[in-house]
Amino acid sequence: MKKKDYEKIVNKYKAKENRLKNGIVAFVVGGLIGVIAEFLIQVYSYFLDISTQDASVFMIVTLIFIASLFTALGFFDKMVNFARCGLIIPITGFAHSMTSAGLEYKKEGLVYGIGSNIFKLAGSVILYGVVSAWFFGMIRYFLFGGV
Amino acid sequence: MTFKFSKVYVNNVSTVVGPYEKKGPLGNKFDKTYDDLYIDENSWEKAEVKLLEESVDILLNKSKKKKEDIDLIIAGDLLNQISASCYGVEKFMIPFLGIYSACTTSTEGILLAACMIDSLRVNNAIVSVSSHNMASEKQFRNPTEYGAPKPMTATFTTTGGASILLQSNKTKVKVESATVGRICNMNQKDPNNMGAAMAIAAADTIYNHLKDTKRSVNYYDLIITGDLGKYGKKILIEYMKSEYGIDMSDNYNDSGIMIYDMDVQKETLAGGSGPACSPLVNYSHIIPLLEEKKLNKVLIVATGALFSPTFVYQKQPILSISHAVSLESVK
Repeated sequence: MKKKDYEKIVNKYKAKENRLKNGIVAFVVGGLIGVIAEFLIQVYSYFLDISTQDASVFMIVTLIFIASLFTALGFFDKMVNFARCGLIIPITGFAHSMTSAGLEYKKEGLVYGIGSNIFKLAGSVILYGVVSAWFFGMIRYFLFGGV
Repeated sequence: MTFKFSKVYVNNVSTVVGPYEKKGPLGNKFDKTYDDLYIDENSWEKAEVKLLEESVDILLNKSKKKKEDIDLIIAGDLLNQISASCYGVEKFMIPFLGIYSACTTSTEGILLAACMIDSLRVNNAIVSVSSHNMASEKQFRNPTEYGAPKPMTATFTTTGGASILLQSNKTKVKVESATVGRICNMNQKDPNNMGAAMAIAAADTIYNHLKDTKRSVNYYDLIITGDLGKYGKKILIEYMKSEYGIDMSDNYNDSGIMIYDMDVQKETLAGGSGPACSPLVNYSHIIPLLEEKKLNKVLIVATGALFSPTFVYQKQPILSISHAVSLESVK
C-alpha cells in the first residue's frame, strides 16, 4: 500500500477535536483573567494610592505569583488542561511554564537542573518576544518618529 | 523471519504498577500496586528503576529461585541509555543484556531469550521491561507539571515494571514461535498519534508471521497488539482487510485499551502505551488464561514507535517496529 492510501485510513480514524467548545472555554477563561487583572489594577491604584501604570506592574506580579503558587501546589496543570490557551496565553502561562520546568529539574541540582532548564519552554517566548519588540519598535521609530 | 522453538516454557511472571493501572480493569491482577507515582522514591527516574527492580524481586520470590540460579537477564526501557534497566538489574549481579526497541522491547527480549534457551546456551532467562508515565513525559515532551493539552489520539504511557522467567523445563505455557519485525515507515510525523505510526508495523509482522507459519488468522484464539490505542486498532483492522484481505475483527484486541477503563479514565486519551503496557496485560491477564486453558493459542504483537524528538523536529518520519511471540498452553 502506498503512503498516500495509508494516510487516508489514518485520517479516517482521527479523533475529532471539539474546537468550538475549546475555543469558547479559552475565550471565557482568558476574558476572566483580564477581568481579574483590571479589578486588581483598580484595587491597587485606589487603596495604595499609586498610578495605574504602577498598579499594572503590581497586578502582573500578583498574577505571576498566583500562577506559580498553583503550579507548585500541583493543580495548575489540570486547570491548563481544561482551559487550554485561556490560561497559557496570559502572563499566567508564562509563569507556569517556568515554574513547572523549575520543579521538574530540581532533582538534577541548581545549575544543571533548574539553571539549565527553567527557560526550556519560556526561552522561545523571551527570544521571539525581544526580537519582535525590536522589529516593531524600529517600524514605529521610522514610520511614526518614535511617538 | 520466524523462529520455531521446541523447548522454551514460561516459568513465572511478575507485574508492579502505579496508580492509573491499579484503577483500571486489571487492577486486582497485578502482583504489587502503588497509589503514588513516586513509588516511594524522590524522582520519576528512580521510581522507574524501583518498578523494574521490584518486578525481578517478586519474580524470583514467586518462582522460588535465587539470583544465582538465573543464567541471563535481558531488559529494556524508554529512558535515555536504557538507564532504568541498568540501575534496576544492578543489584542482582546476573549476566545482563540491555536492549531497546521502544514499546516492543518485551517481545524482542522474549524472542532473544527463547533463541538462547532453545539452542541450549542458557537454561533460563529473565526478560524485564519498565516504563513510567512522568519519566517519559519529562524526557520526550514537556515538564510534567506543565500539563500541556493533548489531542485525543495521544497515548498515555503506563507506569509499571514487568518480568517473565523463561526456562527449558516443561510448564503449562510454551513459547511456540517468534517473528522478528522489520522497521516500517508510512511517513507519519505526529508524536501525538503513535497508533497511526505503529499500526503498519503490527500489520507487517502479523502478515509475515502468518505467511511464514502457513497459518490462517483464525489459528489463534487471540491476537493482541501492544499499544496501538483506540484509533490505531481501527487503522490496523482496516489496513489488514484492504491490504491483505485478512479479517481480524473477531479475535483481535489491543493491550493499550485493555489496561485502562476507557470510559472512566478519560485522562488516558487513546489508551496505554510504553514498553510495560503489553507485558502488564499479557502477564497479569493472558498468561493465567493460558495456564487455565481458557485460551490455547495467543499471538502477542507488541508494537514500538521508534520516536526520537530530535529526528521529528528535523522533519523526519516516526519509524515503527513490531516483534511477535506466539504462546501456547501445553496439553
